[in-house]
Amino acid sequence: MTAKKRYERPAIKRLEAQMPNKFGLRTAYVPMTHVDGVAVKDLLKEHGSPLFVISERTIREKYQEAKQAFTNRYPRVQFAWSYKTNYLNAVCNIFHQEGSWAEVVSGFEYDKALANGIDPRLIIFNGPDKHEEDLRIAILNDSLIHIDHLEELYSIIRLADELSKRPRVAIRVNMDTGVFPIWDRFGFNYENGQAWDALNKIMRSGKLELTGLHCHIGTFMLSPSAYGVAALKLADLALGLQQRYNHEIKYIDMGGGFPSGNTLKGAFLPGTDTNPGFDALAEAITTPLVNSNFPANKMPLLILETGRALVDEAGYLLGTVISNKRSSTGKRITIIDVGVNLLFTSFWYDHKISPAQSFSNYTEETMLYGPLCMNIDVVRENAVLPLLNKGDQFVIHHVGAYDMTQWMQFITLRPRVLLIDMEGRAHIIRQRETLESISQYESVPEHLKKIAP
Amino acid sequence: MKKMKSNIALSESGFVFNPNTGESFTLNPVGQQLFEMIREGQDYQSIRKKFLEIYEVEDSIFEKDYEDFVHLLHSYQMMEPDEQA
Ligand SMILES: Cc1ncc(COP(=O)(O)O)c(C=O)c1O
Repeated sequence: MTAKKRYERPAIKRLEAQMPNKFGLRTAYVPMTHVDGVAVKDLLKEHGSPLFVISERTIREKYQEAKQAFTNRYPRVQFAWSYKTNYLNAVCNIFHQEGSWAEVVSGFEYDKALANGIDPRLIIFNGPDKHEEDLRIAILNDSLIHIDHLEELYSIIRLADELSKRPRVAIRVNMDTGVFPIWDRFGFNYENGQAWDALNKIMRSGKLELTGLHCHIGTFMLSPSAYGVAALKLADLALGLQQRYNHEIKYIDMGGGFPSGNTLKGAFLPGTDTNPGFDALAEAITTPLVNSNFPANKMPLLILETGRALVDEAGYLLGTVISNKRSSTGKRITIIDVGVNLLFTSFWYDHKISPAQSFSNYTEETMLYGPLCMNIDVVRENAVLPLLNKGDQFVIHHVGAYDMTQWMQFITLRPRVLLIDMEGRAHIIRQRETLESISQYESVPEHLKKIAP
Repeated sequence: MKKMKSNIALSESGFVFNPNTGESFTLNPVGQQLFEMIREGQDYQSIRKKFLEIYEVEDSIFEKDYEDFVHLLHSYQMMEPDEQA
């Protein structure tokens, strides 16, 4: 018997004298059959669908690219891995191996970083909700505490007395960088004097070691100039401290917020076209620092808490088509086994999706719905894809950031996460959840154990 | 029996012109093959048999795709109205 031909759904499409739409004129797509040399088909067969896959190679390459951009322009640069972006231990440890410190925003993340073996003096503790017990441990461990509000400042001063320690602190500063909305809910405002007020309180207390100044001006910032403004304002505070108190801070922490290759919803051009790139961002940040009045031998360390830009591209979500149908208005609907439970970032992005096998060049517009029995489960409102049928496989790109931390155990269990190492070997770095693993947190009172009357 | 209007033009490269509406269409290769068979007046059973012979496709999937395709041809006004029973 001769092999049968590969089937593709028969399709007919009206030709419209179109203006180039938001998909541009590139309806061509390239199938993605392999991730770092490993066949998507084999991965799904062995580990089930859907499946997260992380490329160690991409993480290390991105990290080196970012590091180069900054060290080419500034003498002292340090990255601190933003745990909330992706705190799978294997991922954190890749960053730690590359030399990253840890940046955490909760006691849970702090403990995770400690358990990963990072020196506690290299943990930056951010966030508005540090519990008293968290602060106590961070102070005893000599970690770097970035103060978010005055209540926290007073707690730390009190704990410094209680523990007879001199906590190492910075303040988080928020400011107008010309980009709206201003992220002014975290930290102390620069323009209205709150920042100086906090700095004065710290210096006058005499009990805290003011080590640095911190800001995180927003996320997915497409404009390098906003960073330039922020760097200038932090440098101004640092030089002011020098003048007023003859106090030298050790570092300026510019936070995170660099965009990844993803495309924001409603954006006209794909994210890869609008991303300014590490060089432009590094140029914007380092220029005001280099040109400021810091003595050449006393430039503060430049810390970056870059999250999504370092890991987004390294993550892939592999999945399978469940069904296709038409809506009441005739629009094509494709139902896939990946929903917003796994793809939280589909609320922000129009994710790039590639088929994992080749098709003819024929494409169609389709909505992509996830498997959840919920109306919110829309992965793409409009994607141009080849003619996918039940069982066809696909790869969703740029899911390394926030999806594996903000995912939900909702309606179904979360799948495995694999890491493909530098040699192309696959490692399971998070097991598929099971009914038992989820149920272990529950208990049923005695009188509810029997359901028969 | 699904019957296509006789004045629908198909070019060799898979372009369709419908003089009734002035609209043009493209077909993918499988679509072109199916379109030609419908235009020749072949009925579903013989089309189905041919497709299952040539292509790696499940019966139920092909049936669904066929229905969808014919439905679109109707909506593009390329088919004669269905005969009422
Ligand atoms: C304080 C702080 N630093 C760093 C980050 C990482 O941000 P991004 O992933 O946008 O680089 C965040 C994220 O919100 C943050 O709140």
